[in-house]
Amino acid sequence: MSSPQAAPRSAAPTARRLFAPGLLFALPFLVLFALFLLWPLAQGLWMSLTDTSLSAHAPGFVGLDNFTEALRDADMWRSLGNTAWFTVLSTVPLVLVALGLALLVHTGLPGQWVWRLAFFAPYLLPVGVVSLLWIWLYQPDLGLANHLLDTLGLGQLAWLGDESVAMWAVVLTTLWWTVGFNFLLCLAALQSVPDQLYEAAALDGAGAWRRLWSVTLPQLSRITVVITVLQVLASLKVFDQVYLLTKGGPNGSTRPVVEYVYDVGFTGYRLGYASAISYIFFALVLIASAAQYAALRRREK
Amino acid sequence: MTSTDLSVRPAPGARAPHPVRELTARRRAARGGTNLTLGDGRRTRVLALTALTLPAAAWLLPMAWGLLTAFKSEGDASDPAHWLWPRHGFTLQGFRTVWERGDLPLWMLNSLFISAAVTVITVLVSAMAGYAFSRTRFAGRRWLFAVSVAAILVPPQVLIVPWFRQMLTLHLLDTYAAVILPQTVAPVMVFILKKHFDSLPRELEEAARLDGAGHWRIFWSVLMPLSRPMLAAVAIFVFIGAWNNFLWPFVATSDPALMTLPVGITSVKDAYGIQYAQTMASAVLAALPLVVVFMIFQRHIVKSVATTGLGGQ
Repeated sequence: MSSPQAAPRSAAPTARRLFAPGLLFALPFLVLFALFLLWPLAQGLWMSLTDTSLSAHAPGFVGLDNFTEALRDADMWRSLGNTAWFTVLSTVPLVLVALGLALLVHTGLPGQWVWRLAFFAPYLLPVGVVSLLWIWLYQPDLGLANHLLDTLGLGQLAWLGDESVAMWAVVLTTLWWTVGFNFLLCLAALQSVPDQLYEAAALDGAGAWRRLWSVTLPQLSRITVVITVLQVLASLKVFDQVYLLTKGGPNGSTRPVVEYVYDVGFTGYRLGYASAISYIFFALVLIASAAQYAALRRREK
Repeated sequence: MTSTDLSVRPAPGARAPHPVRELTARRRAARGGTNLTLGDGRRTRVLALTALTLPAAAWLLPMAWGLLTAFKSEGDASDPAHWLWPRHGFTLQGFRTVWERGDLPLWMLNSLFISAAVTVITVLVSAMAGYAFSRTRFAGRRWLFAVSVAAILVPPQVLIVPWFRQMLTLHLLDTYAAVILPQTVAPVMVFILKKHFDSLPRELEEAARLDGAGHWRIFWSVLMPLSRPMLAAVAIFVFIGAWNNFLWPFVATSDPALMTLPVGITSVKDAYGIQYAQTMASAVLAALPLVVVFMIFQRHIVKSVATTGLGGQ
């Protein structure tokens, strides 16, 4: 994080440096940062060590009880497993489909804005709209999904009502909703591949497939890694669409850990226990970030 | 490099080549006629077009189906025998009923106000902090910046419970302030803007400084105008994020009069019961603002997502 310094080195006394104009510029951010990030973060850690609840009784210190309870809580483990499973199931298609679509759109076929609109427009829909739409699509008797299966001669599915199908249905909705974001990032990366590389390859007699394999894909490797990293972190935080589509059901089969925090805290009123699970989730995110950072570093060496 | 000798070597048999036109022609030839990635084979183009049309259709289909439902009568929408085309023609009844309930326009205004407030505060505060970290010196600057960057790793989901508790204590639940304030802390935007300011040349502000301009003048009259594209990119990204944010507004509001659009329309899902045409009409109306904005500012939005979405990576 080295940064060039413009202001001349000042030997002013500490009092002046404390009220240096630079600090005043940073102050509004720092105040909000302290009030709504650092303080809640500390508060959450403290609450995880207490039995704070939404009911009236005064919170008492319980040490690590919440954490030991969480480690023995089968529902918590199940929700962590669901989050991990969702992350695997969603990240793979969200990266690969985005790459494929971007490669196809970048070939310069006519109708560029139509393609972009088709793939990116869903990303602009609020999650409330997405969930209402897909609940309707997945409606067993009237929804489009089962009508299509019927037309194709395949059996019908209880999309959101069947434990073995619901997670796939949630992943399908997520793919449809958010792939446009990764798609745009891939497209931007493709557009920054220098023309000369293709020209050189073409002059050397490389055909279209060869150029795709030897020029385009190697040039895309960096953005692919970055998108995968961002996607894993985003998928781990899943809550909105799962909650709105299935409320975590049927029978807890899709409930992610963030929803478990919500259920424990706001339905079960146990804010202390919910904080402990939040911190377990936070630790998971940090481990994932660290692992990916290490992988990125090794790759760049 | 091969590209260099493109410009110097004339094409065999060409007479007195115009240098620029010659270069363009050779480039186009090197591209294989039409484009660089695909080549000019007709079969490849047809193949690519097919490969693209299928997913595009699949992506548009859900929206088309929702739109279709919104214009049906309730009876037609729940008639499995005529699931595609309505038996009694199209109607605006669903839209009329939803609009007359009155809560949808209210939620749109709430979303607009909240997202605009979040955007203005976030962009201003982050730009000032980015300037401070990029252009000034003060005690603890490096340390504060390092902490801010590290905080990018904190997922907002972890903070939901303490935020709720905090707003409960401050008696701010079910207020605009409770929804807006936590969303204005965006360390990643500070990071992006700091890096952006680092990349700007210093000559202009040196000149301004010689003219006696202070930090505020330099920030406001020199760097901010220079940074308009970047600020627009950040603003668009923050606005879309706030407009579509669900979890925190959902936790912070229980009064329907204060709900944002995504929270509001799902809160009445059960109230609509099985009235699918009305539900889809409300979804269409709720989707409309951002889709219209996207159609107008498509290029800016695409650029904003591409630059800001990577979080300055």
